[in-house]
Amino acid sequence: MDTQLDLWEVFIQSKAGSHHVHAGSVHASDEAMALQNARDIYTRRNEGSSLWVVPAKYITASSSADADMLFDPANDKIYRHPTFYIMPEGAKQI
Amino acid sequence: MTKQEALYKYVLRLGDHALIQGHRLSEWCSKGPILEEDLALTNLALDNIGRAQALLKYAAELQGLGNTEDDLAYKRGEREFYNSLMSELPTGDFAFTIAKQMLISVFEYFQFTALSHSADETIAGIAAKTLKEVRYHMMHARDWCYRLGKGTEESNRRLQNAINELWMFTGDLFEMNDEDKMLEVLDIAIDLNEIKTQFDTLVQTILRESDIRIPENGYMQTGSKKGIHTEHLGHVLTEMQYLQRAYPDATW
Amino acid sequence: MDAVHTISDFQHKIDSDLNIEPKDVMPDKYRTHLIRQMSQHAHSEVIGMQPEGNWITRAPSLRAKQILLAKIQDEGGHGLYLYSATETLGISRDELIQQLHEGKAKYSNIFNYPALTWADIGAIGWLVDGAAIVNQVSLQRTSYGPYARAMFRICKEESFHQRQGYEIMANMMKGTAAQREMAQDAMNRWWWPSLMMFGPHDSDSPHTGDAFQYKIKRKSNDELRQKFIDKTVQQAEVIGLTIPDPSLKWNEEKESYDHGEINWDEFKSVISGNGPCNKQRMDHHIKYHQEGAWVREAVNAYAQRTQRAEAN
Repeated sequence: MDTQLDLWEVFIQSKAGSHHVHAGSVHASDEAMALQNARDIYTRRNEGSSLWVVPAKYITASSSADADMLFDPANDKIYRHPTFYIMPEGAKQI
Repeated sequence: MTKQEALYKYVLRLGDHALIQGHRLSEWCSKGPILEEDLALTNLALDNIGRAQALLKYAAELQGLGNTEDDLAYKRGEREFYNSLMSELPTGDFAFTIAKQMLISVFEYFQFTALSHSADETIAGIAAKTLKEVRYHMMHARDWCYRLGKGTEESNRRLQNAINELWMFTGDLFEMNDEDKMLEVLDIAIDLNEIKTQFDTLVQTILRESDIRIPENGYMQTGSKKGIHTEHLGHVLTEMQYLQRAYPDATW
Repeated sequence: MDAVHTISDFQHKIDSDLNIEPKDVMPDKYRTHLIRQMSQHAHSEVIGMQPEGNWITRAPSLRAKQILLAKIQDEGGHGLYLYSATETLGISRDELIQQLHEGKAKYSNIFNYPALTWADIGAIGWLVDGAAIVNQVSLQRTSYGPYARAMFRICKEESFHQRQGYEIMANMMKGTAAQREMAQDAMNRWWWPSLMMFGPHDSDSPHTGDAFQYKIKRKSNDELRQKFIDKTVQQAEVIGLTIPDPSLKWNEEKESYDHGEINWDEFKSVISGNGPCNKQRMDHHIKYHQEGAWVREAVNAYAQRTQRAEAN
């Protein structure tokens, strides 16, 4: 059967030290091809210094239907943020 | 022949090879086996044409007649071109292009590695930049040789046929003439015989790993360094030079 | 953060100008409309490689050749981004290509016209890409997240395309009499088809359709067309090209140009298959798709073989 090969997701690090950020997808049949295709398609304008490719089938995504259950409970845990704490007047470098 | 004349012809040869190779690769645009590979082949073409531009510009300077790189590309006839015979062969099927790309990029890899130490600074500079591009071309072509060689029966047969057909054009890559000899003494040009051994070893490894039989070294085609080509080059130039020839007074 | 459980949540998200994402619940009509529009857009980019590709080997300078190649490569890349975005709706690129080959999916009508001279490369970049950009800029605000993100990247990359086309036209208008004639001829042939790219008048394509309700489309055909005309007329004047529309004139009151009637009979005729290149474009795509089949088969076989070898 004819196919357009497997779907891979591409992540680019724009410069050394920064995070790899999702850039898009490519089709490829093996790892070397996926990496080369990602290079040929997503870094034509100096966008990258490093690439990751991952077969799309290995990415598990959370469901938006679960977003309230997953993420809302973090809303009231304000003690996780430094601004929650009251510091004595005059204390420096804390 | 003065040193200047020899250098002009030598740089011209490097430029012509990149120009014609780039032209053939550019013919793949919108015809690739998958969209991703279409873009990859275009990148290869762009690297080659960019290299041709830099080399022909330098050749025009050396020539000293006030010509531009475009004058050299678009206003010479087929007997004045010195690109390798292999570069001008029609694209053929995808296996033929990959086989050609593998042989040429392995040759160029060793050629430009050596040329990056050339006593001529402009050549050395262009060679160093080209080397980065060619390393990628070589990897791309090598990986495709593995895939086609070890893919299906059909892809193996197509790649084997391509290698068989191309083999007699490999000799032309390594021929040397008076320019080479004159410039080699000055550490400007390189000894292609030395590269031949490296080329043979690496090509044989890639072919073996791709389940492709290495052809016998039979009769080798010759002539590009004397400006004697296959019939194909004339058609490439007819197409490439059409606008410049039809409207000689126009600038674009 | 709102979860889209139901269709009413979907409409709420649309109404609040929030993007819809692949895993959100969405009405079938929304999904169907998106697949149709996005795949048409993707196919247009890919088929659009052909008329310009016709001139790669004849480009008149090394600079022009590199620019043209890079531009056509971009079109291919844009097709690819759009196919990927469409795939998030649960349809594969195989299916999309099959729909194109079976005539179930369309591509932009403009590519059924031939690129006859080098000036056509100028006209395509300047007018066709110019018209496309007007549409694409407005689509950066489309409601479907992957589509909007693809559009954002495409707009960023396309910004040089229109300039390269205009530069070709400007150079030719500064050139010989033959070049000027060639440029004007290209203008004459590409102007009206470019206006047709925006689709039928709003009166024949109501504002109230699904595309607006779902905020897939953010501006109407006539609004976008007007925007294109208003910016292009001045550009033509600057380089001395005449727009082939005797009725074209500035309207003080509405502060934009009035234009002559578009030949919708021609539009309908070309779209239904009678354009000079409909058959050629499709034959080309099918031919090279079929010629690539053995390559795709080979790489799949190779991948299976190497994966098996690794597993052992």
